[in-house]
Amino acid sequence: MGRHAVQRLLMAIPVLLGVVLVGFLLMQVVPSDPALVRAGPSATPDVIAAIRRDMGLDRPLYEQFGLYLWRLLHGDLGVSIINNVPVMQELGNTVGPTLELMFASLVWAIPIGIALGTAGAYWRGTVVDRIITAFAVAGGSIPVFFLGLLLIWYVGFKLQLLPFTGREGPLWTADGLKAIALPAIALGGTFIGPVARMTRTAVLDVLTVDHVRTARAKGLGEFRVVTRHALRNALIPVVTLIGLQIGFLLGGAVVTETVFSWPGVGRLAVGAILSADFPMAQGTIIVLSLGFIIINLIVDVLYAALDPRMRAA
Amino acid sequence: MNDTLLRVEDLRTVFRSSAGDIAAVDGVTLDVPRGKTLGIVGESGCGKSMLSLSIMRLVPNPGRIAQGRVMLDGRDLAALSAAEMRGVRGGDIAMIFQEPMTSLNPVHSIGDQLMEAMRAHDAKASAAELRDRAVEALRRVRIPSPERRFAEYPHQLSGGMRQRVMIAMALACKPRLLIADEPTTALDVTVQAQILDLLRELQAETGMSVILITHDLGVVAEMADEVGVMYAGRVVERGTAKDIFEDPQHPYTIGLLGSIPRIEEERERLLSIDGSVPPPFALPSGCRFNPRCPFAIRACTEADPPLRELAPGHRAACIRAPVELALDIAA
Repeated sequence: MGRHAVQRLLMAIPVLLGVVLVGFLLMQVVPSDPALVRAGPSATPDVIAAIRRDMGLDRPLYEQFGLYLWRLLHGDLGVSIINNVPVMQELGNTVGPTLELMFASLVWAIPIGIALGTAGAYWRGTVVDRIITAFAVAGGSIPVFFLGLLLIWYVGFKLQLLPFTGREGPLWTADGLKAIALPAIALGGTFIGPVARMTRTAVLDVLTVDHVRTARAKGLGEFRVVTRHALRNALIPVVTLIGLQIGFLLGGAVVTETVFSWPGVGRLAVGAILSADFPMAQGTIIVLSLGFIIINLIVDVLYAALDPRMRAA
Repeated sequence: MNDTLLRVEDLRTVFRSSAGDIAAVDGVTLDVPRGKTLGIVGESGCGKSMLSLSIMRLVPNPGRIAQGRVMLDGRDLAALSAAEMRGVRGGDIAMIFQEPMTSLNPVHSIGDQLMEAMRAHDAKASAAELRDRAVEALRRVRIPSPERRFAEYPHQLSGGMRQRVMIAMALACKPRLLIADEPTTALDVTVQAQILDLLRELQAETGMSVILITHDLGVVAEMADEVGVMYAGRVVERGTAKDIFEDPQHPYTIGLLGSIPRIEEERERLLSIDGSVPPPFALPSGCRFNPRCPFAIRACTEADPPLRELAPGHRAACIRAPVELALDIAA
């Protein structure tokens, strides 16, 4: 299992290189000039040229990329064009809150989604199943920004139950928990539906296979058949799908952070892109992609833990 | 206590479809003698697997038992509650299946699956006790080094070993009846023989009855005391193994026997029955075998013949039986 993980880790390196290259090239095709942004509206052409030279923008593209890569390897992502703060430092400040938000969203949404999906499969074809399916489809169809705005308007503004802007400290403090509640409900809420639907389908699939018939022939009750023999096997595809969905959740996090002014990487990315802060935007792309890759790694390792047949391979 | 353990009476299992109910098992009556083996033979699609699932009340959706009774020692299984029926499954009646490759759950160890079967029928047993019994069960089906195998997963075992595990699991709670649905079909020939030997030895040890479902007449000849031949959802001939193999009466049975190769007889070609089993939604009128039957006369297309006793304990559903007579007339 250890070797399996190491193999996957090595395979992530070329993927990460590709991400850096694409991020770099994206910034080249954007119709805006970093030197102009840096220099400000009142700069003379001489100053702009000097800045361009200074930033290395007059050199050929491959040289610029090589330099960028070299600095990246040394942990240097450049400085913000807007406020001269090192990109690395800003990322360091925002990664924590984003991870916190992801965790707070998933920690309740995944178990509830799996439980709802399993319940739907257990009571398949009944009213319970139909209500759960309707709920799952509706929940999965609501855009996260809309759910976020609803929560802000009703829970935050009208009822004044919970704060709805910013972060008030770490997750384990009462204030921190209160502040993260609404964004985590919004982001997790959109996640329950897809997880529930995937789980229901996967459990129903497994319920038709031979070893489930064996389990019934042993005299096991339906609850045990569903939870121990169908759900456990169904979790293998569900974990994969959840892993893929978490990638999209990163996109949702960008929106959620913006809606709730959550000081995370997502909001940083949006701000950087809107103000044409090239190094900062590039840095956030790398971090978000890295998150995607790490999630996929975790899924791979979990896969082996769930399916004994994978351990030898 | 009489000598019949299980009696199936006029059982009809149907599947709902847009064209109405389709009967996979259609009016089957059978006795399983205590301590003996009843072989049920027929081509694929004749309803023999559905019959076994009906006995276990495990007919998959959208199927259901529409009529008939299954009496285990005088107790009507259809009248039991779901919880009581779970006690019967794996407790009184156990089952093994054709595909040892897929019949065990790949994500649980063999030991866990065995212990689970035992715990389902003995909630009071301690974990240590269950473990000992599970290892003992593996030893009983002649699995080498059972303590080590206990912790292994199904994918680490060969097909024959997995079928042994299935048998160990089926016999874990000392059932009175074992239903073996094509237990050797998916196995190599040498492994088949080993599994059949094992089943015979275990039956002698425990005195259980066995329903052996197969399309393989060789397996039936070797194992069964009594035989039921099924065709298109019905039993068409029923008798002792000797009756069926030495004096078959239904043209379908005769056809099946003609299609086994024999070394001692030189034959130009193997006899085979033309055509195939009609699907349950397109049954011919009259006797279901008549379109494929070399002995068919007009009367065969008019009414579906019931089982008729030709000799004590030997019954066939054919108006032309005994066929010796039919042959004489034809000649």
